[in-house]
Amino acid sequence: MIEFQDLQKGFDGKEVLRGLSLKVRDGETVVIIGYSGTGKSVALKHIVGLLHPDAGDVIVDGQAVSTLDRDGLTALREGIGYVFQFAALFDSLTVAENLALGLRRRRVSAEEIEDRVREALALVDLSGTEERMPAELSGGMRKRVGIARAIALRPRYILYDEPTTGLDPVTSAVIDRLMVRTREHLGVTGVVVTHDMRSAYTVGDRIAMLYEGRIRQVGTVAEIQETEDSVVRQFIEGRPE
Amino acid sequence: MGDMVRALVDIRVWAPLAIVQMRRIGVDSIPVTLFIAAFTGVVLALQASYTFTGAVPLYFVGTLVGKTMMLELGPVICGLALAGRVGASMAAELGTMKVTEQVDALETLAYDPQSYLVLPRVIAGTVMFPMIIAFAMATGIVTGWLTSLALLDLSTPDFLKGLKLFYQFKDVWFGLFKSATFGFTITAVGCIVGLATRGGAEGVGKSTTRAVVYSAVLILLLDAFWAVVLL
Repeated sequence: MIEFQDLQKGFDGKEVLRGLSLKVRDGETVVIIGYSGTGKSVALKHIVGLLHPDAGDVIVDGQAVSTLDRDGLTALREGIGYVFQFAALFDSLTVAENLALGLRRRRVSAEEIEDRVREALALVDLSGTEERMPAELSGGMRKRVGIARAIALRPRYILYDEPTTGLDPVTSAVIDRLMVRTREHLGVTGVVVTHDMRSAYTVGDRIAMLYEGRIRQVGTVAEIQETEDSVVRQFIEGRPE
Repeated sequence: MGDMVRALVDIRVWAPLAIVQMRRIGVDSIPVTLFIAAFTGVVLALQASYTFTGAVPLYFVGTLVGKTMMLELGPVICGLALAGRVGASMAAELGTMKVTEQVDALETLAYDPQSYLVLPRVIAGTVMFPMIIAFAMATGIVTGWLTSLALLDLSTPDFLKGLKLFYQFKDVWFGLFKSATFGFTITAVGCIVGLATRGGAEGVGKSTTRAVVYSAVLILLLDAFWAVVLL
C-alpha cells in the first residue's frame, strides 16, 4: 500500500503540496487529476524518493520513504516501475538496452533478461523494435517503450506521469488500453497522474482531485462523474468558468 | 565529492562503463591534442632560437623545448583544449539527461547516478589525461626537433645535447601528475555542473559554458598550486 501522509513540499518559497493525504490500496489504480502545476508529478516523485518532503511523508509498504538511506531507497525502487511524462529513454541505448538496464541492476540472468525484454515489448505491441534507437521512434512508441521498461521489471507498483499528454486521441486510447492490460495481466498497483479525463475514466478504479496542494475529492469513477463539488465539476467538464 | 567516494563500492557498475569512457576520452581526444602539441613544439623551437640568437648557444633550443613541453605547455595547453572538448561534452550530455529526466529514470531503476554517470567519467579522465598528455609531450618535442633540423641549422646531436642538459625524471612525472589532476578536475566539474542543470536547452547551454570556464580557471589555479608545492 502507498499512503501519502500530510505531504508538504515547496520550491523557492512557493508551496506546491500543502498537506496531501491519500491511500492507494494494493491492486487498485488511483488516478490523480488536477490543473497543470498543482504538484501531481511532485507527489509522484516523492513515492520513489526523487524528492524529499518539507513535512509529512509517503509510506510504501509500511516504510517512510524520506527516512530510507540509499540502500533502503534502492530496495524500494526495485519494486516500483516509473513511467515518465516524456518517457525519459536513454538516448545512447537501444530499445532493448533501455529495457535491460533495470533488470541487469537486479542481477537477472542474461537469458531471462532476453525473455523479459521480448515479453514486455510484445505486451506493448512493439515486437521487433529491440535494436532501434529512441530517436527513431515516434512519441507514442517512446511512451510505450517507457511502459515496457517499467513492466519488464515486474514491479509491485507502477507510477505513470502524464502517460497520454501530447499524444493524438487514438494513441492515447492505445496507452490507456495498455495500462488496463498491464493491471489485469500483472496485478500491479498503479498511481496515474493526468489531466486527461477520458484516460482517467478508462484506467482508474478511483480518482482523486488535487487542488491547491490538497486532495479536494476522492472517489470511484461514478462518484467523481456525479460529484456536486463545483471545483471538481468544472475540471472534469473542462469548463473555463 | 562525498557521494562520489561512497559510490566507489559500486564497482560492478562503474568499472565496465569506465572502460567505455576511457576510449571516448582517451582515444577520441588524441587527434586534437597531438595537433595542438605539434604546433606548440614548432613555435617553441622558433621562439627559443629567436630569443637565444647571439646570446645563448643554440643547443639550448632543445633544453627549452623539452622542459617547456614536459613541465608546462604540454599539460596546460592540452588541458585547456580538453576542458573545451571533454568538459563541455560531459556537461552537455549530463545536462541534457538531467532536463529530460533520464537521470531521474536512472535513479528509479535503482542506479546511483554517481556510480553510473560520474565515477566512470572521472576515473577515465584521471587515468587517460596523463597518457594523452604523454603523447602530446613527445609530439611537441619531436616537432621542435624537426623544426630545429629544418629551419634552425641545429643538428640532431646538438638538439639532444640541449634536451638532456637539465633533464630530470621529475620533469616527466611532474607533468604527468599535473595532467592527472587536470583530468580529474575537468571531468568532475563537467559532471557536477551537468547534473546541476536546470531548465531546458538554455540551461544546458549555460552549463556547458560554465563547465569550460570553471575548468579553465581551475586548471590555471592548479598549475600555479603544483608549481609552488612541487617545484
